[in-house]
Amino acid sequence: MPADTADVVVVGAGVVGAATAWYAARSGRSVTVVDRGSVAGGTTGAGEGNILVSDKPPGAELDLARLSSALWRDLAVEVGGFEYDTKGGLVVASTPAGFDALVALAARQHAAGVETVVVPAGELAEHEPHLTPSLAGGVLYPGDAQVQPMLAAARLLRAARTKGARVRTGVEVTGFLRSGDRVTGVRTTAGDLPAGAVVNAAGTWGGEIASLAGVDVPVLPRRGFILVTEPLPRLVRHKVYAAEYVADVASDDADLQTSPVVEGTEAGPILIGASRERVGYDRTLSVRVLRALAAQAVALFPVLAGVQVIRAYRGFRPYCPDHLPVIGADPRAPGLFHACGHEGAGIGLAAATGRLIAQLVDGDRPELDVTPFRPERFA
Amino acid sequence: MATSPYDVAVVGAGPAGLAAAAAALAGGARVALIDAGRQPGGQYWRHRPGDLGAVADLHHDLGAFRALVAGVAGAVRYFGQHVWNVSGSAADGFAVLTAETEVAARSLVLAPGAYDRQVPFRSWDLPGVYTAGGAQALLKGNEVLVGRRVVVGGTGPFLLPVAAGLAARGAHVAGVYEANAPAGWARHTAAVLPVAAKLTEGAGYAAALARHRVPFHSRRAVVAAHGEQAVEAVTVAKLDREWRIVPGSERIVECDAVAVGWGFTPQLELPLALGVATRVDADGSLVVEVDERQRTSVPGVYVAGEACGVGGAPLAVAEGEIAGTAAVAAPVPARLRRRRRALRRFAAAMHAVHPVRDGWQSWLGDDTLVCRCEEVTAGEVRAAVDDLGATDARTAKLLSRAGMGWCQGRVCGYATACLTASASGSATVSALDLQGVSERPIAVPISLGRLAGDAGHTGQQ
Amino acid sequence: MSAAFEFDGRDIAFTEGQTVGAALVAAGVRSWRTTRREGRPRGVFCGIGICFDCLVTIDDVPNQRACLVPADADSIVRSQEGDGRGHLAV
Repeated sequence: MPADTADVVVVGAGVVGAATAWYAARSGRSVTVVDRGSVAGGTTGAGEGNILVSDKPPGAELDLARLSSALWRDLAVEVGGFEYDTKGGLVVASTPAGFDALVALAARQHAAGVETVVVPAGELAEHEPHLTPSLAGGVLYPGDAQVQPMLAAARLLRAARTKGARVRTGVEVTGFLRSGDRVTGVRTTAGDLPAGAVVNAAGTWGGEIASLAGVDVPVLPRRGFILVTEPLPRLVRHKVYAAEYVADVASDDADLQTSPVVEGTEAGPILIGASRERVGYDRTLSVRVLRALAAQAVALFPVLAGVQVIRAYRGFRPYCPDHLPVIGADPRAPGLFHACGHEGAGIGLAAATGRLIAQLVDGDRPELDVTPFRPERFA
Repeated sequence: MATSPYDVAVVGAGPAGLAAAAAALAGGARVALIDAGRQPGGQYWRHRPGDLGAVADLHHDLGAFRALVAGVAGAVRYFGQHVWNVSGSAADGFAVLTAETEVAARSLVLAPGAYDRQVPFRSWDLPGVYTAGGAQALLKGNEVLVGRRVVVGGTGPFLLPVAAGLAARGAHVAGVYEANAPAGWARHTAAVLPVAAKLTEGAGYAAALARHRVPFHSRRAVVAAHGEQAVEAVTVAKLDREWRIVPGSERIVECDAVAVGWGFTPQLELPLALGVATRVDADGSLVVEVDERQRTSVPGVYVAGEACGVGGAPLAVAEGEIAGTAAVAAPVPARLRRRRRALRRFAAAMHAVHPVRDGWQSWLGDDTLVCRCEEVTAGEVRAAVDDLGATDARTAKLLSRAGMGWCQGRVCGYATACLTASASGSATVSALDLQGVSERPIAVPISLGRLAGDAGHTGQQ
Repeated sequence: MSAAFEFDGRDIAFTEGQTVGAALVAAGVRSWRTTRREGRPRGVFCGIGICFDCLVTIDDVPNQRACLVPADADSIVRSQEGDGRGHLAV
């Protein structure tokens, strides 16, 4: 092998690529991260930084989320510096029927190992004093947490660099180096990078990277907007969202869906989501969506009516047809591993994804079965 | 709420916007004229409600202003309204959104103007430190002096009327500190002679400063402010060619107010929201790319004035007239095109003698504030590059929080972009860097209640 | 014509058409808020609504730009600390 061969080339300097680089570098691998843009310049920089177990019904994704939540707790100590906040999530229902369904879901999640606390309507104010009194009840999920996602990616990459990893931004992957079927590195705008393994952590653009290797990984963009308020004292303690959000996350509808998601940040502003639309990479600001988000947030927290919005941003969440991420080795192109398609849960699932990929690259048995996430499942 | 579409909506009622609205009206169009101010005139012809006779001595070209105001009498005015978003297309029509209303139009002329460009210096956040335009606004719009003993500093011809106005109204101007050497004008006579009126104006201010015994210092800058609760003095220093402080040249000047400006930053959030093509102008500002009819890359969207390149009020008026004429599909007279060309050459000459050199970065301590809103220091911006791997201004902003507060980087965006470029080893600040600190999809804050569409929420708790 | 508004319990004179910020500066008041992080004093900086340094509480509505709001004899103007909404903290 040439002297400048890396054990692992990670394509994508977002949070998933950063976590992969960190775990691979920590286990002694030589790692090079390449990104055509900047650190955390894609979907990572356009999210709220959720680490959630509350929004996932029992199944493979919840198992992944539980592993990831535990790993983030460790990373906050091991790496740190990214505003890790174990604030907990509070899911609320506006109707008695909705509350019943929420409590039933919580019972199933509880059975799968998620900590849940059912909160009757009369006790909601103890947890969130500014919440509208007109709700039917809620469920508290103490395991939900939040990070500042760009800082998380940047700090993980920085930590990986201290273990010898190289981070090359502004370098675009243009193709793959092959030896027969086997992937032996990437071609880039800055020359060839031979590698023992290549990890596709290109997020929403993961499908394009895969196609450069001649394999199909159906990752598509789903647009979401977030409103940012003026800096505030702590008005909202948890991540608070309506029970309908869980249904929206799993929806296959191409039309606009919005459900209120409201949470504070260490820096002061409150973040307001969440919208989901399939409109390709259209970056146009949708006033209709912003108005819907504002109306739903004010309905949930009437105190916000007089609070100013100072910023809005949009992001493109990478989703797959079955709403599960793509994690694992690609048997169609040996040497290529995928770590993309996490939709709106990429920050939360990044830690486990990075860890599992590092284990797979090492040839170790991954600590969680990745079969449900296998890249060739769509064929 | 929504009105039947106007032929032309003009955003901004300063020199460019007034001229655009007047020209479009003269062409027979139905015109909406929208401005955040309560009076027409923008920053240049700023005045209190009613006539501006009381501040006539502080103004120029009042004849032109009064003619333009008469010319826009037929426009429907939306004054005192801050535009938070513009959207749409030539095919579907455009919507101009304010907190109070929505104005629909078939075409748009954006004339958003500019504000003082700032570079940080030590303790520039002390009360009593003003932008040059802020001192001017208090004077023209309110007849209030920012202080009794004022230091004026920065670079550019705008420092002269600011100092002259303060002196005329009784402030003691302790000195004007121009970081460049205006003698550089001599090399640009070809550009300046065709617009000799500009020179006369400059000579008038120079005479006014001499009359009030205001000392004018070139190649010197205000490099630090001092005081506990408000500014009590500044350090001024001689600069070398790259704007590094000449060792031993520092002097303390006592004052109770400082007015600083380093050229201007065009307000681009509305054009950028529509996706228009941009470029970096001679002064290092991001500006909108327009053709000879003030057309942008987006059909139906015209931009005029400082947003196309900082060049002063006469140029803004010429561009506004062209944009308003073009927006109603009328032929643009050749004399207007010639005038614009001459004034653009003058602007280029002005920028050539008033550059902002990178050396200002050496005046800063690691603890000097760059972002006043989020209180982010120069050290923290540099750490976003050195420690966290930011290689562009947007990433540095998001990792350091510089530019993430109330003003959304309007004040610190330029400085953050420069610091990022220097720290990451780029020779120049790119258009992409500037775009990253200039895009503001929400152009001004709007309350959630208003955004939700409830007219009852005016910001009241 | 001179009138006055109330600012932190005292009268600030203004003339017709002046902004709250201008009237405060004319009265010698240089700052009327403190910053969130360092508690530093702030008043007017840009004077034209760009910088948001001059935020002030007027008639119990915090975070208004003093340089833009017209002075009004009926107004009660108060200096503010930090985000101006500390009373809402939970």
